[in-house]
Amino acid sequence: MGEGPIPESTRRGNLPPLELYVPEPRYRPGDVVDYSHLPVPPAGQLPRPDESCEAAETWPLTLDMIRVLDEDDRAVGAWNPGLDAETLRRMLRMMALTRAFDDRMYRGQRQGKTSFYMKSVGEEAISVAHAQALARDDMVFPTYRQQGILISRGYPLVEMINQIYSNRADTLKGRQLPVMYSARDYGFFSISGNLATQLPQAVGWGMASAIKGDTRVASAFVGEGSSAEGDFHAAMTFAAVYNAPVVLNLVNNQWAISSFSGFAGAERTTFAARATGYGIAGLRVDGNDALAVYAASRWAADRARANKGPTLIEHFTYRAEGHSTSDDPSAYRSAQEREEWPLGDPIMRLKKHLIALGEWSEEQQEAMDRELVDQVKVATKEAEKNGVLGHGLHHPFHTMFEDVFEELPWHLEEQAAQAIREREIKWPHWKEEGRSDGHD
Amino acid sequence: MNMIEAINDALDIMMGRDDDIVILGEDVGYFGGVFRATAGLQKKYGRNRVFDSPINECGIVGAAVGMAAYGLRPVPEIQFADYIYPGLDQLVSEAARMRYRSAGEFTAPITIRSPFGGGIFGGQTHSQSPEALFTHVAGLKTVIPCTPRDAKGLLIAAIEDNDPVIFFEPKRIYNGPFDGYYDKPSRTWKGHPGGDVPEGYYRIPLGKARIVREGAALTVLSYGTMIHVAEAVLAEKGIDAEIIDLRTLVPLDIEAVEKSVEKTGKCLVIHEATRTSGFGAELVALVQERCFYHLEAPVERVTGFDTPYPHSLEWAYFPGPVRIGEAVDRLMKD
Repeated sequence: MGEGPIPESTRRGNLPPLELYVPEPRYRPGDVVDYSHLPVPPAGQLPRPDESCEAAETWPLTLDMIRVLDEDDRAVGAWNPGLDAETLRRMLRMMALTRAFDDRMYRGQRQGKTSFYMKSVGEEAISVAHAQALARDDMVFPTYRQQGILISRGYPLVEMINQIYSNRADTLKGRQLPVMYSARDYGFFSISGNLATQLPQAVGWGMASAIKGDTRVASAFVGEGSSAEGDFHAAMTFAAVYNAPVVLNLVNNQWAISSFSGFAGAERTTFAARATGYGIAGLRVDGNDALAVYAASRWAADRARANKGPTLIEHFTYRAEGHSTSDDPSAYRSAQEREEWPLGDPIMRLKKHLIALGEWSEEQQEAMDRELVDQVKVATKEAEKNGVLGHGLHHPFHTMFEDVFEELPWHLEEQAAQAIREREIKWPHWKEEGRSDGHD
Repeated sequence: MNMIEAINDALDIMMGRDDDIVILGEDVGYFGGVFRATAGLQKKYGRNRVFDSPINECGIVGAAVGMAAYGLRPVPEIQFADYIYPGLDQLVSEAARMRYRSAGEFTAPITIRSPFGGGIFGGQTHSQSPEALFTHVAGLKTVIPCTPRDAKGLLIAAIEDNDPVIFFEPKRIYNGPFDGYYDKPSRTWKGHPGGDVPEGYYRIPLGKARIVREGAALTVLSYGTMIHVAEAVLAEKGIDAEIIDLRTLVPLDIEAVEKSVEKTGKCLVIHEATRTSGFGAELVALVQERCFYHLEAPVERVTGFDTPYPHSLEWAYFPGPVRIGEAVDRLMKD
């Protein structure tokens, strides 16, 4: 209220000192976990508005949680997608295959066959059920934890392993860190290490589809941690402004490496609640409920396809294992969290549902699991014929310089020649694998 | 034509030839751009192909990357080069690396147009020359025209190029060449050979420099506004200099550089951007590495100072005739 420059001492006598609030997760290593504070609403309670509704109508759905599978493993309520048993079994199979693949690749990293791996244990329903709900030619802009989409779309496991091993059959020529797949023909966009960048790109892809009068939609993924990036805001704004045909999936698995979701804002509201502030439809789903994920994904994809605009889906789940092979979660969270997680395991839940329907049995599950382990094993052996990371320099040195630009400019040709000269000193016995023309 | 008209003409021609070209950016649609570079295009090609964007450079570049992945050829505009930084992650980590990281499955044939450079009392955030941030990035091409004729031909080539191109337009010379004498009346492009812009489609290949003036006594390597300043200073001093407009910084026309320096034995590098780690350092290093035994004097650099671009002291900052003149005198004294 005063005038003139601020006096040297601005301390006010009886005002409380301001306090910085730094979030802290409830449980650290060794703590007893109690999730009773975490509301798990009953399945089948929420209404399912029409796909063409106003974005604001979805507000209650952003604060609650869409759940289809109930305590008795039955599919209930308006969001029950009513899938036939064959589709359910296929989803179960793809989820189990994703987990079997993760297990094998994790071991492969521990055995030194590659440098790095990232599992998606506990999150298989999100990628698999989402992929099932999309059209085959919708483009997905994934993060590094949606391997279930590739598997679901029938991308060959051998090709995935070739990429993980950076071997001579790796279609990315050993340039990319393991799990950073790219599979254009399978509607799977090139994965980047830079978080959240794929979100505005997906919106742009959707805008392009709309500009061309196409019928395909885009779907993008982001973790709750990287939803704090500016790209999230850019994507939401552009998606809203241009009514872009896009589904934005936020996988809230509670952890961004060692930081709990509170550091992305989870203590104040849900992530889905951000949607309506942008004028975008929002849904919050039980991410361990494959039917709920399918229903929400289908709703959002249909909405986008009908020119009704974008949707943000928060998939509420739990990252059951470490962030990556370079991470040890026992250093920052209680080991009990995983077993106490109130939404259970997505594979177990779908399995029990199928059994409750009389369409599946424990014996069939065991037989399928054995078969999938074998399938992954066969694929691994096949890929290993093309080499593993530790066994050498699998690609002609010239390829390191290709695709920086469409054509190699003079400075890259000079540097390629340098690398090849160095090879003769560093690896005098190097032989190009599987090629006889001697070109590199 | 002035440079704005030439750029507008290039955009018009390319949009007419290729339905996949779309323009997005702040104020580029109905209004036609704050510098009028996109004037009339929305009316002619519709809002689906020329449209305004939210004020979000990350979103502009990011959406363009996604559009390119779909198969379009976006030509986004960043209103001032000073404001390109929020889009830097999308440019450096994404557009530049898309072809490499996907082994050619996805590409980013994007041309990012942005007005750059000072000399207009633009102060700190309407004057910068950030080209060195982009020349340092593997996978990006950087192009800077210095005449309307080159602007049109280079922009057409940039749009047709299948790699991401940063296209910096020196806004000081949008309406006429500028020789660094800020207190003289400004000129228009009328009567300047560079203002003579051919009609219709033509392209000037990327990666090819232009010899502005042939000479034997000294090689001048420069681009953008500084070409005109250099021309004026060297003419005034009566020096038989060879002035090379690099036009494309990456990929650089190294043959033109080597050939000239081997002939003259002396080299002066001029740019408006700040000195330390500027593109001039790369040019000096290349000349030193490749032409060492032909050099008769140390390679000189005339640049902006290592400060933010000031407002009132603009003409003290700008690497104008006095600073260039001193360097030329040092180089020519033997």
